Amino acid sequence: MIEKTVAELSAALAAGETTSVALTQAYLEQIAAHNEALNAFITVCADSAMAQARAADEARAAGSTAPLLGIPIAHKDLFCTAGVKTTSGSKILHNFISPYDATVVERLQAAGAVMLGKTNMDEFAMGSSNESSYYGVARNPWSLDRVPGGSSGGSAAAVAADLCAMATGTDTGGSIRQPAAFCGITGLKPSYGRVSRWGMIAYASSLDQAGPLCKTAEDAAILLNVMAGVDDKDSTSISLPAEDFTATLNDSLKGLRIGLPKQHFTRGLNPAIESAVRLAVAELEKLGAEVKEIDLPNSDLAISAYYVIAPAEASANLSRFDGVRYGYRCENPVDLEDMYKRSRSEGFGEEVKRRIMIGTYALSAGFYDAYYRKAQKIRRLVKEDYARAFEDVDVIIGPTTPSPAFALNSMKDSVTMYLEDIYTIALNLAGLPGMSVPAGFVEGLPIGMQLVAKDYAEAKLLNVAHQFQQVTDWHKQKPSLTASAKTTEA
Amino acid sequence: MQYETVIGLEVHVQLSTESKLFSGSATTFGAEPNTQANIFDLALPGTLPVLNEKAVAMAVKFGLAIGAEIGKRSVFDRKNYFYPDLPKGYQVSQLDFPTVGKGSLTISLDDGSEKIIGVTRAHMEEDAGKSLHEDYQGMTGIDLNRAGTPLLEIVSEPDLRSAKEAVAYLKKLHSIIRYLDISDAIMAQGSMRCDANVSIRPVGQKEFGTRTEIKNINSFKFVEKAINHEVQRQKDVLEDGGRIVQETRLYDADRDETRSMRSKEVANDYRYFPEPDLLPIVIDDAYIDAIRATLPELPDTRAARFVSDYGLSEYDAGVLVATREMADYFETTAKLSGDAKLAANWVSQDLQALLNKHSWELSDSPIQAERLATLIQRIKDNTISGKIAKTVFEAMLDDNRDVDEIIEAKGLKQVTDSGALESLVDQVIANNPDQVQQYRDGKVQVIGFLVGQCMQLSKGKANPAQVNEILRSKLS
Repeated sequence: MIEKTVAELSAALAAGETTSVALTQAYLEQIAAHNEALNAFITVCADSAMAQARAADEARAAGSTAPLLGIPIAHKDLFCTAGVKTTSGSKILHNFISPYDATVVERLQAAGAVMLGKTNMDEFAMGSSNESSYYGVARNPWSLDRVPGGSSGGSAAAVAADLCAMATGTDTGGSIRQPAAFCGITGLKPSYGRVSRWGMIAYASSLDQAGPLCKTAEDAAILLNVMAGVDDKDSTSISLPAEDFTATLNDSLKGLRIGLPKQHFTRGLNPAIESAVRLAVAELEKLGAEVKEIDLPNSDLAISAYYVIAPAEASANLSRFDGVRYGYRCENPVDLEDMYKRSRSEGFGEEVKRRIMIGTYALSAGFYDAYYRKAQKIRRLVKEDYARAFEDVDVIIGPTTPSPAFALNSMKDSVTMYLEDIYTIALNLAGLPGMSVPAGFVEGLPIGMQLVAKDYAEAKLLNVAHQFQQVTDWHKQKPSLTASAKTTEA
Repeated sequence: MQYETVIGLEVHVQLSTESKLFSGSATTFGAEPNTQANIFDLALPGTLPVLNEKAVAMAVKFGLAIGAEIGKRSVFDRKNYFYPDLPKGYQVSQLDFPTVGKGSLTISLDDGSEKIIGVTRAHMEEDAGKSLHEDYQGMTGIDLNRAGTPLLEIVSEPDLRSAKEAVAYLKKLHSIIRYLDISDAIMAQGSMRCDANVSIRPVGQKEFGTRTEIKNINSFKFVEKAINHEVQRQKDVLEDGGRIVQETRLYDADRDETRSMRSKEVANDYRYFPEPDLLPIVIDDAYIDAIRATLPELPDTRAARFVSDYGLSEYDAGVLVATREMADYFETTAKLSGDAKLAANWVSQDLQALLNKHSWELSDSPIQAERLATLIQRIKDNTISGKIAKTVFEAMLDDNRDVDEIIEAKGLKQVTDSGALESLVDQVIANNPDQVQQYRDGKVQVIGFLVGQCMQLSKGKANPAQVNEILRSKLS
């Protein structure tokens, strides 16, 4: 049962073929069996999950038809969850128990989801491998010596290994799509403003966006239905007409105009990934889509702009972690400055400190114009590139990542790691919705195809992805967990 | 050498919204520490700001009152620095695109002339909390009640030329703000705070001298003292052949001196950048018009009207409009009593003296406008004399009965009965034969003495005009 999709579980629960208690029990057993190897969860909430499951079964008996009633979920550990430790993957929040729920958590809970626990992640969502987590690296279920991707690596690994039916993640530069690609699952980054950021621990406020990691495009649509919507508590969330994202999943792709950015099929792309993605596009052509090459001329500037803007915002966002009110405080500070310096030096990891330094530098007097202002100009250019491209096409498709999941500790330096996000980052700068869906295997590892649509055109993305999943079975492939476990033993 | 003083003021005004600039917490002054701080004010991870639109309306109201340009698109920025009472590690303020742009206000100088002072800008920002150093032995307590309270920072042009002008500007600003009812603007409570940028230059020199910024001035009186002190200090430095260092100085009211803050505290690079958690504030003409429609009559307009409608002198009008409450009080008294000039005198002299004596606000006064108006009516209808009225006024302080009852009970009613007055006059004539003779010999000014005797005898209650008349007829 645990390998089923949310849609299937929902039907099974409605039909009385299983109960939330049985399901939750099964997932908790799967976690018990495999989390030690995968390290996908930072916190498992077994007791409260069982209590929520019992409540869900009672609610169903009482007639509730909440859309996710009784289905177990895992939340990335940067969503604040009342009464549960929320660490953002950092030592500095090792003891932080949130007094409130993030809007995303609240909405999913109101829809009946049962929270199994909080998933591992790169510290403060800064990373593409999960290696910057203070709580140890999460591992890729397809190969335990590979990274699951990041920063939502724990969520991706948990979904891929059936430790949960669905999970939440956040995407600032690819943090949902890249781990989804590495772990062979479906991940959706909604348009900026589509999902509330209230209660989501900020990395880079103008880029952060929450979204689902799950097994199919249909599940992503079901989850987005619950997660999306304007929120009074987030001024950047957007009021849009109510939409049922499942309603258009089965629309025909006849006449769909697909653009392939030439910049995403050049040097640096693993040839096997290129052929897998081209094959996938051919499947869509068979369904009636038309394909053309498009130009995104400023693509190569996106990473540089991102690594100015995101650290700049982060340098301010992370100032609140000062040891004064909550979180880690150093032992025996001699004075205020000592407390600040040591609490932050000891509480933050290397990558976080690196980005705070970069951001602080970029905003400093005398450098602001050269870095921050210039990066904002590039951001506008990138946005305009996409706007121009979408005059001729409905969806832009390419690889999610240039290579499949890399080995743990294999990235020699930060910049090499940053280049892993080369195809995903531009969307965050432009605020556009993007998805990664499984599109084949390279060296026995899953790879992802990225789909991009216009602002707020998630329904189109989900439609294309769902149709693709009707004619392919890459998303149905499962890692052999015992086999992977043996690999590490050997 | 003769020097000219150049002053610009930065005034922080706490806007009197019920809740904070970006959170729903209350802003009441003086609450128990940390009882008005919610999860956003504590900067818990994941919390986000939501702009209080009432603060925007107040800022725009102020802008319109000083004839300023209103920013059609104003942008909040983060000002980054670490301090324990700044929970987020940055203050949300407005740098390049403030809500209120260039405007001006007019001050009156001692010689009766007027001067226009430019206002460079007024921007919205959030206040910090308070660090409490007493009572914690080697530690610091943090009270976040004030953190996030909306502030309007009003920056003047360097148009002020003396400490007196600075005080006049500050008082005018205070008056406008109180008229608009956008802040309590109580300096002693910190709801209005002032920093002064001060420099001096040789008379005739065009370039400004190097300025210092004086912080921590918390009364009108201290503004004048701090600036005068600083000007003198700068003169001494220059005359000793020294140079003024651009720096921030703290005013110490106890010692009446300014002293340099450690350079470490001022050498901050605030690394401003646009606040990504908030959208720009977009203001259209319809919004501006709607706010304009709510503007009250402002002090300058009101003073002009007092001169034309009530025939007051410009000076009296200026005194009466200084605060909205005083002007309202005067106007109510004038209308109810039917005598604006008497009302103006009573309000600006007797009432003002009373308030000064007890350090009362107008609202503390036991004599409200309606009662004062009745008192004035009783002078006008000859129930009491102007002099007796002062006695009644005193009595009204701790006697809250109405004016007529007090006059009656204390037997202060003016004697106008001619029979009673005649016998009074007869008695005075009988008791003062010498003066009567002098009068009859042609020394008519002695009548004043005789009237005085009558008044004394009647304990002030006799109607002096009637007494005068009766005396004259009896002596002729």
